[in-house]
Amino acid sequence: MRKKNSLPNPIKRWWWLFLGPVVAAFIIGFVWPFLQGIYLSFCKFRLVSDAKFIGIDNYLKAFSDASFVHSFWYSALFAVVSLVLINVLAFAAAYALTQGIKGSNLFRTVFFMPNLIGGIVLGHIWSMIFDGILSKFGTSILLESKYGFWGLIILMCWQQVGYMMIIYIAGLQAVPGEMLEAAKIDGATNAQTLFKVTIPNVMPSITICTFLSLTNGFKLFDQNLALTAGQPFQIQPDGTTVKTTEMLALNIYNTFYGQNANAQGTAQAKAVIFFILVAGLGLAQLAFTRRKEVQQ
Amino acid sequence: MKKKELSAERRRKNALTVALSIICVVYVLPVLAVVINAFKKNTFVKTNTFDLPTGEMWAGIDNFTKGMTFGNYPFWKSVWFTVLITVVSTALIILFTSMAAWYISRVNSKVCRAIYYLCVFSMVVPFQMVMFTLAKTANTLHLNTPYTIPIVYLGFGAGLAIFMFVGFVKSIPLEIEEAAAIDGCGPIRTFFSVVLPMLRPTMISVGILEIMWVWNDYLLPYLVLDKNLYRTIMIHIQYLKGSYGTVDLGATMALILLSIIPVIVFYLTCQKYIIKGVAAGAVKG
Repeated sequence: MRKKNSLPNPIKRWWWLFLGPVVAAFIIGFVWPFLQGIYLSFCKFRLVSDAKFIGIDNYLKAFSDASFVHSFWYSALFAVVSLVLINVLAFAAAYALTQGIKGSNLFRTVFFMPNLIGGIVLGHIWSMIFDGILSKFGTSILLESKYGFWGLIILMCWQQVGYMMIIYIAGLQAVPGEMLEAAKIDGATNAQTLFKVTIPNVMPSITICTFLSLTNGFKLFDQNLALTAGQPFQIQPDGTTVKTTEMLALNIYNTFYGQNANAQGTAQAKAVIFFILVAGLGLAQLAFTRRKEVQQ
Repeated sequence: MKKKELSAERRRKNALTVALSIICVVYVLPVLAVVINAFKKNTFVKTNTFDLPTGEMWAGIDNFTKGMTFGNYPFWKSVWFTVLITVVSTALIILFTSMAAWYISRVNSKVCRAIYYLCVFSMVVPFQMVMFTLAKTANTLHLNTPYTIPIVYLGFGAGLAIFMFVGFVKSIPLEIEEAAAIDGCGPIRTFFSVVLPMLRPTMISVGILEIMWVWNDYLLPYLVLDKNLYRTIMIHIQYLKGSYGTVDLGATMALILLSIIPVIVFYLTCQKYIIKGVAAGAVKG
């Protein structure tokens, strides 16, 4: 190993050129807002300039907010259901497309396409389609929360299956051919080969896709806003409103920019809780994939 | 015996092709629904969603003209701002993060490593965590115009780009740069004429990811931009559909059609790179 930096590195003089722009923008666009966000979650404020430190009040309020608790469980349920469906469908599609059948490239192109359409647009497209179907039965996606839930699941499958399929195809193509051949010679059936040889070999892809769809489910915002925006609403006995199809990100947004201008501290506390949840999932994914890499 | 087995195999594959073809058709139906409803009179969109716009349902280009002038905001302005923001943000991100990534992995000091880990960390932070304070900060610094919002994108999007560039720079052998140095190249020339051309594959991947993100982004520009003056396509569509009162679904579909045509053309022309680029960004949640 060569020892680096034994001579003065001539690049170092140019730090302001190479690092300067990114670091300046990174401070404006991430570091400062992040730190200020943490601080404000312990404050009462309307404008940022009048922030007053009040301790953990905001967090207590966030946890006792029925709409927030509801949106958490709703997001969790959504994330798990969409995780299972998306991954099963994506794996099946990838498996079918790696069999060397005619038209594989065309199918891949079509299945991946919805992934490039923006969340807002997706939401509006599907709200039109669901309402077109449901209006024949005299109802609407905005009238029943179960329609909203399954509608969002269908939308997300349509968007994400192609994406996960690409990751699975890469994984499947990396399965050593000799192994599959050996299984065949040993007399394994197709199903046995799939479960005993192929799936254990694509575990890294499965891990990545599982975590991706889980975090995607929790972080969903645009599609949620455009499809139902939380409707239908339910009035609680204590007079507060729970938006039955509102997910975490939308709940935070509505708390920030809703009618109650005093709730911004609570909203920021919710955002911090949300951040810890999502970052926790992200770090778990990192640790998990690292361990898998070592094993191989 | 062998022939029989072969033909069974072929039959199975043909059946698979047929099944997948049917699924494919179902897959493009939502896009077709957008196309037919973009030309349908608004009152029929909800009742006859899946019928072709024939006879009295035919709206011609009315939906397009209505959508394009909605809210007294000319649609071509949104298109211009969206293109401007997307192109400038992507260019800034590619240029500056590749420079920073090279510096970080070649100098590799404590500060560099700290910046790198901060970037990795920023990838797991959801936008809702910083949206309120970011919008305020951008407002205070007058970054609330389409000409300055790329700086915000550079800041918030730097994490993933730096992560991808650093990963690639590490795989470039140092000897090439040393040879350039011996031949009398300064750091700037080394970077721009030796390193940058080698970064091309990652530049394409990062570029594709950023283009898809910025073009489709709704919440960041919605919160940061001064919405009376500047609207992106997504903001315009959301105003049209999300506004209270009677919603003009036909006009919404017309604008949606206009907004996804460039995306689909872009996809069909650079499909190979797009699939590769998006898969390369799979690390980001």
